[in-house]
Amino acid sequence: MTSISMGTSRNTAERLATIRGGAKPKRHNARTIAALTRNPGCARRAVLDTAGVDKQRLAAYIDFPARFGQSGFAIARGNAFESQVKASGAAELVKLLRERLGLPIPEVAYDDLETVTGREKETPEVRYARSRALLLRAAAGEDGAGTLFDHPLLGLDVAGQRVYLEPDLIAFQHEGRFHVVEIKSFAVVDGQADPGKVSAAAIQSAVYVLAMRQMLAEAGYDPEIVAHDVVLICPRDFSNSPTAVLVDVRKQLAVLRRQLGRMTKVDTMLAALPPNLTFDLAPDADGVPTRAPEALVDALQTVDARYAPDCLSVCELAYFCRAEARGCTAALGTSAREELGGIEQVETALALAKGELSPAEEQTEAAALLRNAARLRAELLAPAGVTLPPTLAPAGTSVAGAAG
Amino acid sequence: MSTLTALARAEAVAAGHAQRITTVRHLHVSDRPLVFLPLSMAGEANAPLGALVGTDPVEPKLLVVPQPRNRDQRFGFAAELAEVLLPYLDSFRGVTEAVAANRGREVRYRYVDAPQVLVPNSAGIGFVRLFGRSTRFRRTDGDYPVHPSVPLLGQWLTFLADRAEHPGSGMLLAMTEALGLHWATGQSALEDAHLAALLAWIDPGDGLTGADAAVVAEDPLRWPPAGPATDPTFDNEILAPAMTAYEEAAASGEEVRRSRARGVLEEAVRSQLTPTWELMWRGVSLLRRLPAGARVDGRWAEDRDVFSNFTLYVDGGGYPQPRRDGAVNAAQRLHRLERALQSYAVQRAYDDPLVMADHRLTGEAFVGEVTLADPHRIDDSGKRRVLRPRIQVTTGDVVLVTVGAVLHSPSRPGQKARVVFVTPDLSTGQTDVVLELSGGLGRSLSPAPGSVPEVGDRLCYTTLSDSFMPPGEFPSREETPWTHGGPPQAYEEPVAPSVEDAREEWA
Repeated sequence: MTSISMGTSRNTAERLATIRGGAKPKRHNARTIAALTRNPGCARRAVLDTAGVDKQRLAAYIDFPARFGQSGFAIARGNAFESQVKASGAAELVKLLRERLGLPIPEVAYDDLETVTGREKETPEVRYARSRALLLRAAAGEDGAGTLFDHPLLGLDVAGQRVYLEPDLIAFQHEGRFHVVEIKSFAVVDGQADPGKVSAAAIQSAVYVLAMRQMLAEAGYDPEIVAHDVVLICPRDFSNSPTAVLVDVRKQLAVLRRQLGRMTKVDTMLAALPPNLTFDLAPDADGVPTRAPEALVDALQTVDARYAPDCLSVCELAYFCRAEARGCTAALGTSAREELGGIEQVETALALAKGELSPAEEQTEAAALLRNAARLRAELLAPAGVTLPPTLAPAGTSVAGAAG
Repeated sequence: MSTLTALARAEAVAAGHAQRITTVRHLHVSDRPLVFLPLSMAGEANAPLGALVGTDPVEPKLLVVPQPRNRDQRFGFAAELAEVLLPYLDSFRGVTEAVAANRGREVRYRYVDAPQVLVPNSAGIGFVRLFGRSTRFRRTDGDYPVHPSVPLLGQWLTFLADRAEHPGSGMLLAMTEALGLHWATGQSALEDAHLAALLAWIDPGDGLTGADAAVVAEDPLRWPPAGPATDPTFDNEILAPAMTAYEEAAASGEEVRRSRARGVLEEAVRSQLTPTWELMWRGVSLLRRLPAGARVDGRWAEDRDVFSNFTLYVDGGGYPQPRRDGAVNAAQRLHRLERALQSYAVQRAYDDPLVMADHRLTGEAFVGEVTLADPHRIDDSGKRRVLRPRIQVTTGDVVLVTVGAVLHSPSRPGQKARVVFVTPDLSTGQTDVVLELSGGLGRSLSPAPGSVPEVGDRLCYTTLSDSFMPPGEFPSREETPWTHGGPPQAYEEPVAPSVEDAREEWA
């Protein structure tokens, strides 16, 4: 199922297969591709993602499980909202698109590419070919080519792997422009929504825009006919009635392009790694891993990570990397690290602050500031008798103690 | 983050527990705060699932919404919450004090105390804001009537959420932020947003290091999230079956079965909230142990003023706050917040040498000893002879102030010090700063006793000024310029909620 693109040599593909081990490559989706744009400097993540290693399984096996659960309530609500918006030939959606995009109705044709034939039986390649044919017809402006395409399958090359993506919906506007429509179930109250959720939706939509643009460009069309404004459909206020907002994703597109470009240069990254590196769990006939977790930890440690606290919310391996980064200033957050003069180890920063270590040349300025800071803290905390209050809580109610 | 705070975080890593970053407490802690722990249902727009609320650490009131998607139950929850919150707010409306206003020509009254609501984290403040928004436009008549306390609750929640944005206000506080203002942990700010982990660093207990205790505290089974979002595993494995069982029991019409199922649901919600409830009161007692800064009372008096004014507004039948501020209101509000932010920063530095140390490190303040003093110096260069004493302060701090700059000393309010000379001595690392003083010296040509620092005094001088900042001027709302959308739209003004307002939320 993985087609090797031109950017990846035969050798590289074999290396990546070894790194992944016997398991099938973990498929990317818009969410995982979007996640790649966070912390692009992390080699560990780049190698694991490019090889398609199942990081969630790996993290759980070495006893640092990721904590990305999703509540059944949230899933149910998301599905209910989506099907409501798309009900009766996307009636509600068409109404909103008319208002937002000025889609000239009445001739709205709605193609659901998911239900054309049983989705389960079709390979992604077949579905992709069908989606591509339909969308290209629409791009060519053929009569009756359709207006709304639900669940088209799009493709994107990620580090030499073809990845298939499934946007919630794509709208086609008659003036020759495609718009990506994303349906999300978080509320927009008085025109405002949770900024974190909006930016997550924007980057995911940008993945779809990029994939569509790539497809059209390959077929000889101007990629710019896919609008950089995506339509975000959300529940309005506290109700179930949908509202549409246009979100400009140009910035996200630039970030994605840069990051995807980096990933094709995986060869250089691989060259620096031990040739026999693998994250194979070596499962037995029943699928139970036989490889010692310690061996996997050793393997992980041969690939440099760049841990930042942000990783906790996006990367499955973050808890492992955090434990590994104990004692590093980076674990305290980017701004703390900068304020400590970019010095890598907490111990070094403290030794410089106390004047116990003579600074390297590039550390002179930072060390002077740290010494000053340490002098001030010592001067002001000692006479005031400000020390940490000892354990306050009565016996048995301290953080660790009360848990039992 | 300042270098001092970053250094404190590094020290916390080495010490294994959190480090103080202030010498005093910079916020008011009420004798009788109301702790409010809301939980909302995943996937819904701020639909309450339950809450623990109350002023008594040992007897919180548990509120549970068996079906959060049900509109009647949602506003039933609001009415129950109002039964706790509104009497609490009213309990501060007893004794008033007279305050001189308008330069002593008038007298106004304010309550001697005010409410203080504590939530675990900033998401809790977000819940208060959104729940205020979803309740303040409800009507007590028409299609979907609610209990009269519901819109009133909405107005008060909105008021509290607005105050929470006001720097230095103590009426609605997030515990993680209140603690984070005073302690630096050995983890990142992102991880500090987890109340249990933050407290684990401040008070690890049991011979654990802060880092180890924080890892334990992150286990959602032992320390459920402090809300309003719930743990997804709890949702899927405990809450969902309990809700389904309740719905079936309610549909069966058997009261015994229904009440048993409700009991199961209540216990499930309680199990998620009780650990946080204990953490909240531990946080309160940690904060209480810190001595209050000198200007904390002044800021609390402002809160009491605002509370007193809002009670008058509500008593007078004031309409609910608009959905969005109009241009002029928004600009005024922003201006108020900016002034408050600046004065809060200055006040904290004046109250707390450790906060001032941030400014000493950046060269905006210095502490030194008076090495020369000419208290009787007269300046006769102008038309009138004036008293302009000079002092020389010698400091080891970095001095980046320039000649001509006007400085202030926290211990000598009302006196200005103009920088005359700055003379660094490279051999000793000390700097001599000559300052010319004006103001606060008495009326004659010889200084009042004690009004000029003496040789040997240790003083702090800074560019930060605590003096009154005059408010900016804004056009009236009717005169909003067209560049700002012209006079406000109906939805930008407080108005009586219409029938549509009451209905809008449900489709």
